[in-house]
Amino acid sequence: MGNYIKLVVLGVIALFALIATNYARDLAYMVNALTVALVAGGLFIWTLRNTGEPTSNVDLSGEYMDGVVRAGVIATALWGVVGFLVGVVIAFQLAFPALNFDWAQGYANFGRLRPLHTSAVIFAFGGNALIATSFYVVQRTSAARLWGGNLSWFVFGGYQLFIVLAATGYLLGATQSKEYAEPEWYVDWWLTIIWVAYLAVFVGTLVKRKEPHIYVANWFYLSFIITVAMLHIVNNLSIPVSVFGSKSVQLFSGVQDAMTQWWYGHNAVGFFLTAGFLGMMYYFIPKQAERPVFSYKLSIIHFWALIFLYIWAGPHHLHYTALPDWASTLGMVFSIVLWMPSWGGMINGLMTLSGAWDKLRTDPIIRMMVISVGFYGMSTFEGPMMSIRAVNSLSHYTDWTIGHVHSGALGWNGMITFGALYFLVPKLWNRERLYSLRLVSWHFWLATIGIILYAASMWVTGIMEGLMWREVDANGFLVNSFADTVSAKFPMYVVRGLGGVMFLSGAIIMCYNLYMTVRRSPAVEATNGTVPAE
Amino acid sequence: METYSLLREFADSWMLLTLFVFFVGMFLWVMFRPGANKTYRDVANIPFRHEDKPAPAKRSGGEKEA
Repeated sequence: MGNYIKLVVLGVIALFALIATNYARDLAYMVNALTVALVAGGLFIWTLRNTGEPTSNVDLSGEYMDGVVRAGVIATALWGVVGFLVGVVIAFQLAFPALNFDWAQGYANFGRLRPLHTSAVIFAFGGNALIATSFYVVQRTSAARLWGGNLSWFVFGGYQLFIVLAATGYLLGATQSKEYAEPEWYVDWWLTIIWVAYLAVFVGTLVKRKEPHIYVANWFYLSFIITVAMLHIVNNLSIPVSVFGSKSVQLFSGVQDAMTQWWYGHNAVGFFLTAGFLGMMYYFIPKQAERPVFSYKLSIIHFWALIFLYIWAGPHHLHYTALPDWASTLGMVFSIVLWMPSWGGMINGLMTLSGAWDKLRTDPIIRMMVISVGFYGMSTFEGPMMSIRAVNSLSHYTDWTIGHVHSGALGWNGMITFGALYFLVPKLWNRERLYSLRLVSWHFWLATIGIILYAASMWVTGIMEGLMWREVDANGFLVNSFADTVSAKFPMYVVRGLGGVMFLSGAIIMCYNLYMTVRRSPAVEATNGTVPAE
Repeated sequence: METYSLLREFADSWMLLTLFVFFVGMFLWVMFRPGANKTYRDVANIPFRHEDKPAPAKRSGGEKEA
């Protein structure tokens, strides 16, 4: 019976998507509608072929639901490589403008590829990492199978569709021009549905947990899911111009819109890239170090302090704008106070290794996790410093900001995710160990040196251009034109591009290593993961 | 009073106080509650308990296992 309802729904969706394709007012909308029609049509045929087949009603409550986690791990690794690759391409487009090819104007020039890069690494790579690890961690720490049966597959698949719709939309020009929130209205609506399902799966699993206490990693994951839902809905309040077009008009305007955007933008960093990844830190570092977290009390205080403070920090993106001074001062003060819980969390992560520091010498995975927490500490020191109005007057609009973002994103988010992937793949595919620890070391050093090249060149170029922009001669005239700063930045742009190439090569080595782990590593004997509960 | 001023005044006073009291209360509860040390030492080990499969359906014994 369920299959018939599915068939009706999928058929109707495919039909309406084809009608929308026909009436589409712009190319991006047409391609997106066609994509939806193809996916719905494909699922229709797949469901149809499985209808009427005998179903087996095996009780699966005695084992964890790991299939969707495996898919998430694969998606994370692949989207990571895609996102890093686009990043390398646009880094070289900045250094060598000739790479903005004439034949690709309007599709693959820097302006179109940049949002593709940011969304690919944050939402495709980071988002898949968060969904996959949260599904893994919530099951293990709740001692319960994922709630909702195949709903978690809907979350996974629907999220991939969101990524594809957003990415193709960017290249064809569908954007609402909000940083990290570029997707247009229908993609936003789709993501809202996915996110509610994600929340349901996560909370449903927590509700049926067998452990009386909710482990701290789940608190961080849950705050990430709930806050991102709130941020996403408020920042994307818009009215579509037409049902058959991608263009929409924002409800807020002027400085209110700017404030809403950066309230969203900074909390995307705070809750997507920090709280969610701290959930990973609080599970995978204790697991890999084989010892409980340094101080559980500190982890609870870390959690509440972080979520109480982060939500206020957004206005520091709008110093010296139409935003009232009191608001940007508020944002600045909260950003500085935020330093404390951030470093409390860093200390908690690092000190988990106390008594096991020798593992740093032998275990490249723990090395990766430790350097990730180190980068977390560095960027959460740099961030508050840059939010101070006087520092911001030098750093804002320069490449220093880009360097800061990447030391956080590549160093903290990237490295902790790589560590988690190296931990997860042998566990999920029942392998004794990774294919090669030497290759993990290669990945570690390539990524680390790549990040250092990236961050250092961006510090140099950012401070240089900040100083060049404000340099005045004795008569008060500006000394440098904008083009002067651009040509002065060339060597640093090349170094940055090389850093990106190294980071990308490390990720490709990781993919090879993980693939070979699944194919070649010896299997763990006599697993009990597939035996149903008595 | 216009909505903005009303909300602004509320946010500056009672809401701020409520959040602050909640935060301080959380801190005291976590740090000084009797038995907190024992509880947190126990729950910090949650990640090491159910690596391979969920706890059995029956509640009794589920927490003691492993």
